[in-house]
Amino acid sequence: MASAVVRELSAELRGFRTVQTLAYECAEAVAAQLKPGVTEREAARMQRDWLRERGVKDWFHLPFAWFGDRTAFVNFRIPLQFFPTNRKLEAGMPFILDMAPVHHGYTADIGYSGCLGPNPVHDKLLSDLEAHRELLLREVRERRSLREIYEDVDRLMVRQGYANRHRAYPFGVIAHKVDRVKERRLTPTLFGFGTQSLKGLASDALHGHRDGWSPLWSPYRFSDHPPRPGLWAVEPHLGFRGTGAKFEELLVVTDSKDPEESAFWLDDDLPHVRRWAEGI
Amino acid sequence: MGLHGARERRVRTGGIELCVVELGDAARPTVVLVHGYPDSKEVWSEVASRLVDRYDLHVVLYDVRGHGRSTAPVPLRGGFTLEKLTDDFIAVIDAVSPDEPVHVVGHDWGSVQSWEFATVARTEGRVASFTSMSGPSLDHFGHWIKQRMKRPTPRKVGQLLGQGAKSWYVYMLHTPVLPELAWRGPLGKRWPRILERVERVPAGDYPTSSLPSDAAHGAWLYRDNVRARLRRPREDAYAHAPVQLITPLGDAFLSPKLYDRLELWAPRLTRRTLPAKHWVPRTRPDQLAAWISEFVTANEDQEAGVPAQRKVADGKHADRFGGQLVLVTGAGSGIGRATAFAFAEAGARVVAVDRDAESAARTAELARLIGAPQAWAETVDVTDEQAMEKLAEKVASEYGVLDVLVNNAGIGLSGSFFDTSPEDWKRVLDVNLWGVIHGCRLFGKQMAERGQGGHIVNTASAAAYQPSKALPAYSTSKAAVLMLSECLRAELAGQGIGVSAICPGLVNTNITATARFAGVDAEEEKRRQKKSSRLYGLRNYPPEKVADAILGAVVHNKAVVPVTPEARGAHLMSRFTPRALRAVARMEPPL
Repeated sequence: MASAVVRELSAELRGFRTVQTLAYECAEAVAAQLKPGVTEREAARMQRDWLRERGVKDWFHLPFAWFGDRTAFVNFRIPLQFFPTNRKLEAGMPFILDMAPVHHGYTADIGYSGCLGPNPVHDKLLSDLEAHRELLLREVRERRSLREIYEDVDRLMVRQGYANRHRAYPFGVIAHKVDRVKERRLTPTLFGFGTQSLKGLASDALHGHRDGWSPLWSPYRFSDHPPRPGLWAVEPHLGFRGTGAKFEELLVVTDSKDPEESAFWLDDDLPHVRRWAEGI
Repeated sequence: MGLHGARERRVRTGGIELCVVELGDAARPTVVLVHGYPDSKEVWSEVASRLVDRYDLHVVLYDVRGHGRSTAPVPLRGGFTLEKLTDDFIAVIDAVSPDEPVHVVGHDWGSVQSWEFATVARTEGRVASFTSMSGPSLDHFGHWIKQRMKRPTPRKVGQLLGQGAKSWYVYMLHTPVLPELAWRGPLGKRWPRILERVERVPAGDYPTSSLPSDAAHGAWLYRDNVRARLRRPREDAYAHAPVQLITPLGDAFLSPKLYDRLELWAPRLTRRTLPAKHWVPRTRPDQLAAWISEFVTANEDQEAGVPAQRKVADGKHADRFGGQLVLVTGAGSGIGRATAFAFAEAGARVVAVDRDAESAARTAELARLIGAPQAWAETVDVTDEQAMEKLAEKVASEYGVLDVLVNNAGIGLSGSFFDTSPEDWKRVLDVNLWGVIHGCRLFGKQMAERGQGGHIVNTASAAAYQPSKALPAYSTSKAAVLMLSECLRAELAGQGIGVSAICPGLVNTNITATARFAGVDAEEEKRRQKKSSRLYGLRNYPPEKVADAILGAVVHNKAVVPVTPEARGAHLMSRFTPRALRAVARMEPPL
């Protein structure tokens, strides 16, 4: 699709893609090790350790893991409920691994949905996510307002019979901006978020507020503007009666006039895309 | 006799002769039906014919000793102990299915004795499954009483006294001679009429003419076993086969509380409940046959080592709706879709009806994924009388008679009375009222004709009792639905069919996005649709909660169910402060 674009990826985009690939490798490696009895906390720690061993020192946010009906954010009210708990994985349970490592100053933010053993509901959700990936790209290329695209994603979910679970995210966001992060010796985190990344997001929010745009892609008025050039970590999240599934990956938006180059997914070689291509 | 095509044989055992009949292909899984007191095997005729014709099972029935065409032991005293009844059972299965284990189904005393068959060591490996209805194990009952006597709390004492009162006939049967005289005299003569009136057992081939002597002999079932077992219940009465417990909730003789901790005795237990009285084999043969065959099939597969592929429904009220047939109109979105899903999770077979074929198909597809054993999509406009008639015929011939009908399809219409055109009125009444009328008329009639109960749910609205100057047509249509439901409820009460009206209130569905706004141009209409959708979205009351309320309304047979807090508040106001509600009606909605 965007092969011409990808061939000419700038050094910067290549950096982002490398860390995104690394994060998905981590997700697949950890998912392969999950077995009944593993807790969310253990899964989160496995992700952390795996990435640290490969040179990750800072985070946009620390790795999360959700098991069972927590993948659908059942009864999530306060943001603290996002943090991994001692919920144990069981056969047939869906899980989501979500991590945002910073590597050599490049950030990725990925979400990986899996399932321990067969689960037809989960399979269905995962295959229905494909339509959302297509819809998001198409409408971003059409330069619709972010709020409008959000509403269309929402409508598609309702038509599919699902609930929109990213509504439970802070500010109900479906995506947020991602930028380069300065490498520092000390990398403290605040409520699971890297302070450097938070700083970046806050300054974007501040500048954006003056210019009439927001680094958060939400259903609210502050997202009522066309897509802003840059990298967006997009995470449509479906929920259906105690089962949730999502993907999260980077979408590149440029100010190019050519629609193909005006927006494209950073990488098409990701587990969920391969899965759809194989027709599973 | 109702047992057409039965092959009869006599089985000799312990000095008596049992009358055993077989129906269906002997190569198929064998189901042994054991009758209760004061019945004979003919009590099963309706269930047996369905098990053979619809589910292709091999059905075996026998008259318990002293009943029907079996001979009675001499002397009667001591001839009816559970040990001897177990001897009889083993003799029967030796004759009809010597190599394969059988599936046992017992009703009333048939269930009491079958508990013995399912828990004693000498039948281990011979019983593949046991379906129990209206008959507890005397041993479990003994422990149940002991447990409540040992640590009496007010609740436990209440349960003891309650069951004690329901067991009045057991004490009566312990008096000598009198019961025999009554049964052979006036009681025996009047019994069929009593059953018809009190239990609503339809007249037919049951009870048989042998009733007076059956009942007189059967008194010894109680005298030989009850006191002995209740005083010294067996400690090892654990079921060695999977058990399906069917509890009729309106049983005059047995409290559902008796089965409170049955999982301890029967680890592989499936519970089913039925809103019916004691004689379910006569009054609910369709439902029993469906549950029995489902349980038989499940346990046949297990033995063949076939792993369960399908998700087993374990949702709320799965005991009540498992295997039932439910039709939902407007099932393509919103409350209808959520309701279809909730029934699917409870294991019901779902017919999802919507005028939009794609969304109906989607609902059916997802319903199957989450537990519905079967789900079908049907595309019908509920306003189209002929299409609805065709649908009713199709459903009856292909899927069966409905157990639950949910008339949910509806559209919104807002605008002042003078802005509402006759076409607008017609459209909203066609969908909201005539859709319900067609549904009730066609499917309700099938339910009533079958005579085995059922339930109709009509989705009204809080607008049905809450006047508003912004919704005259919509409110009128919904008020009509509410009244229709209440009238129909009165009419169908005598036939065991419940009718509920659901009044949801502000629920986050797409009714606002598709609602008509009369008296404004297209652009303004669009704006108001958006605005009202946003308001409903902010209220964010999920349709899933309405679906829960609908299932609850069916389970508890509620008449009118306001769902959201504001709907409940308005309902209260409409009863106690209608003037205040009228004042609210004058307010302009914030659109």
